[in-house]
Amino acid sequence: MEHRLKKYLRTETLPTPFCPGCGHEILMHAILRAIDELKIDPREMLFVSGIGCAGWIPSPHFKADTLHVTHGRPIAFATGAKLFNPRLKVMVISGDGDLGSIGGNHLIHAARRNIDMVVICANNEIYGMTGGQVSCTTELGVFTSTTLEGNKEPPLDLCRLVEAAGASYVARYSVMHTGPLITSIKKALEHKGFSFIDVISPCPTQYGRRNEFPTAAAQLQALKTRCIPIEKAKKLPQEALEGKIIIGEFVSKGQRDEETDKDSGAGGTRGGAQCPAPGAGSGN
Amino acid sequence: MERIKNILPPGEYFFEGNEACAEGALAAGCRFFAGYPISPSSEIMERLARRLPDVGGVFIQMEDEIASIGAVIGAAWAGAKAMTATSGPGLTLMLENIGYAIMTETPCVIVDVQRAGPSTGQATRPYQGDLMQVRWGSSGDYQIIALSPWSVQEMYEMMVEAFNLAEDYRVPVFIMSDAAIAHLRETCTVSEELSISHRVKSHGTPHFGTEDQLGVPPMASFGEGEELLITGSTHDELGYRRTQDPTVQKRLVSRLSEKILRNARDIIQTEGYFLEDAEVALVAYGICARAALEATKRAHQAGLKVGLLRLKTLWPFPEEEIKGLKVQKIFVPEMNLGQMVREAERVAEVEVVSVNRVDGEVITPGEILEAITT
Repeated sequence: MEHRLKKYLRTETLPTPFCPGCGHEILMHAILRAIDELKIDPREMLFVSGIGCAGWIPSPHFKADTLHVTHGRPIAFATGAKLFNPRLKVMVISGDGDLGSIGGNHLIHAARRNIDMVVICANNEIYGMTGGQVSCTTELGVFTSTTLEGNKEPPLDLCRLVEAAGASYVARYSVMHTGPLITSIKKALEHKGFSFIDVISPCPTQYGRRNEFPTAAAQLQALKTRCIPIEKAKKLPQEALEGKIIIGEFVSKGQRDEETDKDSGAGGTRGGAQCPAPGAGSGN
Repeated sequence: MERIKNILPPGEYFFEGNEACAEGALAAGCRFFAGYPISPSSEIMERLARRLPDVGGVFIQMEDEIASIGAVIGAAWAGAKAMTATSGPGLTLMLENIGYAIMTETPCVIVDVQRAGPSTGQATRPYQGDLMQVRWGSSGDYQIIALSPWSVQEMYEMMVEAFNLAEDYRVPVFIMSDAAIAHLRETCTVSEELSISHRVKSHGTPHFGTEDQLGVPPMASFGEGEELLITGSTHDELGYRRTQDPTVQKRLVSRLSEKILRNARDIIQTEGYFLEDAEVALVAYGICARAALEATKRAHQAGLKVGLLRLKTLWPFPEEEIKGLKVQKIFVPEMNLGQMVREAERVAEVEVVSVNRVDGEVITPGEILEAITT
């Protein structure tokens, strides 16, 4: 029997280029499971990704419109596409370096505008593709190819960042929490507004081998103790949360006006109640 | 090409260059603008912020120039005729994504209202410093199209041409304006009808290659069920990454250039004044060409055989037109330290002399005349 998610893949591109033990393939599976369970026609979706390993999750694998862009800019490209054709269901999938460092400005402003899109950060806490350099989400003390004595810069909590900026759905899970992760992606897809999910996805090749994880499995297993659900974390003293990753839903606001829904006012302005059909924007 | 009714009632308008730019874009079918404020271009975005909603278009002010051109490219693939407007420093920020637009063959229009640089320079003073930035600023090998208007009327008309060329060749097209043209107010005659190019669509065929190895492929939009696979990495005709295949890289980079170069004769537009019996030719573009024309007329009155070749197209460079000048000497007045003059020297068969003004003021006919006569 054919795998139920195979229909969403450009099978000629398989196997994926991800290293053995990489979390990105688990995340890829979770995203497709969410789409499948919601019965979304992938032809209505646009997947936008930037540079880095995570950018390869949708491109070239997903059998849908995929736009693989420059480093850090997928949210900007996605904003233009979504504003011109609000019928597109837009999902951005990229890494922590792409979304949090080089593209941090776009992340903040898309959250502020509450643009209707789902942004999934495949957060491996390192620059994987370029050889394991420190990233904005690398924990203190971690060894990378550019922090030979351990990382001295505190990491950025991307969930708190987008929450402060105005995102209306914010969650974090790891690839070891696939059940709640799939549920969260489904919620994000159904949420009207800017949704952000930070997904901790280990990189055994560049991170694990430099940081005392003898195997990919050990690194995956460690996520079970590193991650603490937010409900539990609330009851624990601050010291008990040292070095822990808090997972769960941080923001889940009700419907509110979002940028692509407006028909008047400043920025992101579209005239008329009807959106032109794609490609019909000329000459009338 | 299709003849369509103009969206503005025909007649005479009193526009500044930046307003004519915005109105020309709307006439051409532009329905998406993303930009970031920068002098001396901001009136373009301000007018489009007001006018785009009137015609069912989308306006957004982005967080920076990088995001602006990114949004333009995203909207173009969603089906829009899309543009941005900026000045030299903003253009510098856009260059990486302009390279992406070139690589992915995304039609779009970028208006560069040039000001004196480098860096922040003189934010409100005219200059012609970005000729090479638009041509070579992004990484790798490519060809783009750049046009430069010398009047408010031409700014209006050139915007329509720019959008048409962007669709015809699936390439970013630059409008090289400057602070003087941008804020000049003149009469602009709006015609009842105009000709526009529609996006060539084809379903189920490759979007990055044609049977003709050097052709312009058709282009679908998101949401049409085409399962578009778009990447700035080296890709085959279906969009699949082929980053280790020398044949694919060579074929792609050759086609990106040749689809423009082999149509250069159709793209390039110039105008000649008094060139028939000229012994000396001026070669100029933009606001500088207005001073050059006046210098040419004054030279005639003084009995000197001087002509003017005015470049409306800057890239691809009008090599044949300059090479074909039957004169003894060519003068190239420009408001920079000598950028176009090097291109002219490369192709001309006679002596080429540079005439410059670099203080943020518009070059005068007197200065050009003086250079010719001394």
